[in-house]
Amino acid sequence: MKRINCCSILLALSLLAGCAGEPWVKPYERANLADPIMSFNRDPVSASYLHHVYDSREGARGAGIATGGGCGCN
Amino acid sequence: MNIKISRSLPRLLTACLISLVCVSLTGAASVKGPAPNFTLKSLSGKNLKLSEMTGNVVLINFWASWCGPCREEMPLLNALHKKYEPLGFTVLGVNVEEDMEGAMNFLGHVPVDFPILLDNTNKVSKQYKVVAMPTTVVVDRDGNMRYLHEGYKPGDEKKYRQMIKKLVRE
Amino acid sequence: MAGDVAFFAIASLAPCSNRHVLCVRSGPARGAASHSPKKSTSPAISIFQWVVFYALTFLASAKKPGAIEAPINSKFESNSVKSTCFLVAASLLLLSVVPVIATAAVLPEERVDLLYHRYDGGGVEVDGPSVLVRKNVGDSVSVGLNYYVDNVTSASIDVVVSASEYTEERDEYSINVDYLRQKTTMSVGYTKSDESDYTAETWSMGIAQDMFGDLTTVSMGFAYGDNTVEQNGNPDFKEDTEVRSYRIGLSQIFTKNLIMAFTFETISDEGYLNNPYRSVRYVDGGSPVGYSFQQEVYPRTRTSNAVAVRGNYFLSQYGAVNAGLRYFEDNWGIEAMTYELGYTIPYEEDWILEARFRYHDQDKADFYSDLFPFRDAQNYLARDKELGKFTSTTLGLGGSYEFGRSWSMIDRGSLNLHVDYIYFDYDDFRDLTGSGAVGDEPLYDFDATVTRLFASFWF
Repeated sequence: MKRINCCSILLALSLLAGCAGEPWVKPYERANLADPIMSFNRDPVSASYLHHVYDSREGARGAGIATGGGCGCN
Repeated sequence: MNIKISRSLPRLLTACLISLVCVSLTGAASVKGPAPNFTLKSLSGKNLKLSEMTGNVVLINFWASWCGPCREEMPLLNALHKKYEPLGFTVLGVNVEEDMEGAMNFLGHVPVDFPILLDNTNKVSKQYKVVAMPTTVVVDRDGNMRYLHEGYKPGDEKKYRQMIKKLVRE
Repeated sequence: MAGDVAFFAIASLAPCSNRHVLCVRSGPARGAASHSPKKSTSPAISIFQWVVFYALTFLASAKKPGAIEAPINSKFESNSVKSTCFLVAASLLLLSVVPVIATAAVLPEERVDLLYHRYDGGGVEVDGPSVLVRKNVGDSVSVGLNYYVDNVTSASIDVVVSASEYTEERDEYSINVDYLRQKTTMSVGYTKSDESDYTAETWSMGIAQDMFGDLTTVSMGFAYGDNTVEQNGNPDFKEDTEVRSYRIGLSQIFTKNLIMAFTFETISDEGYLNNPYRSVRYVDGGSPVGYSFQQEVYPRTRTSNAVAVRGNYFLSQYGAVNAGLRYFEDNWGIEAMTYELGYTIPYEEDWILEARFRYHDQDKADFYSDLFPFRDAQNYLARDKELGKFTSTTLGLGGSYEFGRSWSMIDRGSLNLHVDYIYFDYDDFRDLTGSGAVGDEPLYDFDATVTRLFASFWF
């Protein structure tokens, strides 16, 4: 029953392909979004360092900017 | 806050993902028919009408100074313009920005010989149904659209060249 | 599992061909930096993609060895999250395989960053360099290399109370490779962090897909860490930790001025999760100070979940404002909320100024206590202030000066200085250097200044 439900949802949504909407923000309207001040990660090295400072001093972790590596900071 | 993720969530998410992809389907990238006429002001100040160019092969390139691939493409389009202009060809650079400052800034560093038109209300971009940046439309001597190219990656200028050579011989 | 297989079958039949193209955020709005868009190579499925696909499948379904000793169940169902990530990744991979007509996404910019970082607070001083080099190799691959050093001089409250000031150096090397194929970016990374008593190795992989006319980007990442904990002065001590993290992200353009990003990440560790130098204290009438110390005891597993939402809104000539919210919880009983607000404004032609505010509010772990009633009061004992109840408040300012547009060697460069002031205020961690009855010592708080001075060059 569950499988039929999932497949029928998929089928219904695929049929919507015909009604594909054009992107509502046109490519030529994206000047503002392309501005470097709108970047989530303009200075990756600096941001990852600050993120590391918080990660090693707070108990919460994750869902920040992606960083790698572990630290045995005492 | 008590978020419960049920077992069917992975399936639901996958369904959404696949349907998202399907919904972003579009038709084939063909282009036919007469190129919509337009009049735009150029950077030099005077108005330019597309219909005045009938008799020449025209490459209309929609670009913006904030778009990397567009900037990459400009010197290459300039080279094409210089090479084929004597044979009755011109490039028209249609800048889609609201403010011409970005264009002027860029052209100060990378000057070009072909006319730069300012589509600051995006009227012409809508006429030509521009869905990508940059977009290149090549119009033949009779004013019909013959080729549409979306985006730019290194090597695409060869495709433009092929189309121009073909149309210039007509 | 059979239902999932059915989904893949259907997905592979889906005639997806996405024509929408956009060059997104491929360079500065001001000025004439050039940036090469990368083209896809052969239409055949690359071996790399299949390796990534199978690796993801294997890792997502790998059973964790060892006993599960977590005292409290997580409110999230970790297994569901993992299988979600797996399915998302597989779907994205299938999408990247299907023929497309136009390309869209661009690789990260080529750049060199030279950073000097400094942390000064709570008796701890850490400074050092961080160097990043990012270069494109061919048309579709971008390689990033990072070298980072922490020079630590620590006389923190923990150290001062039960040990003596120490200095240490931590070196970290990492490599990241991004592979762009049409609308998909696949990345792999490796990081190694080395200090005298702790070695950490992390392998990570990720995939990101643009869709919906490039208004939406879906991404997924997985990282596996293998850490070895040792103890200075005790050569017989050597323990291991394994960390696995799964991450899903969605970035969506809502209007021409608003972009938002949603992230969900689940991390599970197992192994020796505490600190060999840290102790907890308990009431001890026999001791001259009224309390004694014993080694901390942590569970051997930890599962945490974090969900965050961020937004960036363009205010035209008034700059841009960004805000973020993160909720965190884990099966050790810690719950935290983090709020962030930032404002960025360009000034004249060459300057960008930034202001930041961050507030972090955290609740304590179930087995945390500043003072236990007696020795071995619980199965698990912790007095690490990081796991306690506290708030941290940050105010930061930054300035960036752009130069070099007319230089021949580089496209442009920037010189930057960012300073953040953080205030940590603990609600149940006491300052044992202060005076007071046992259990009534003043609550601890401290402030720290974090400085980043760096130069970036783009090519």
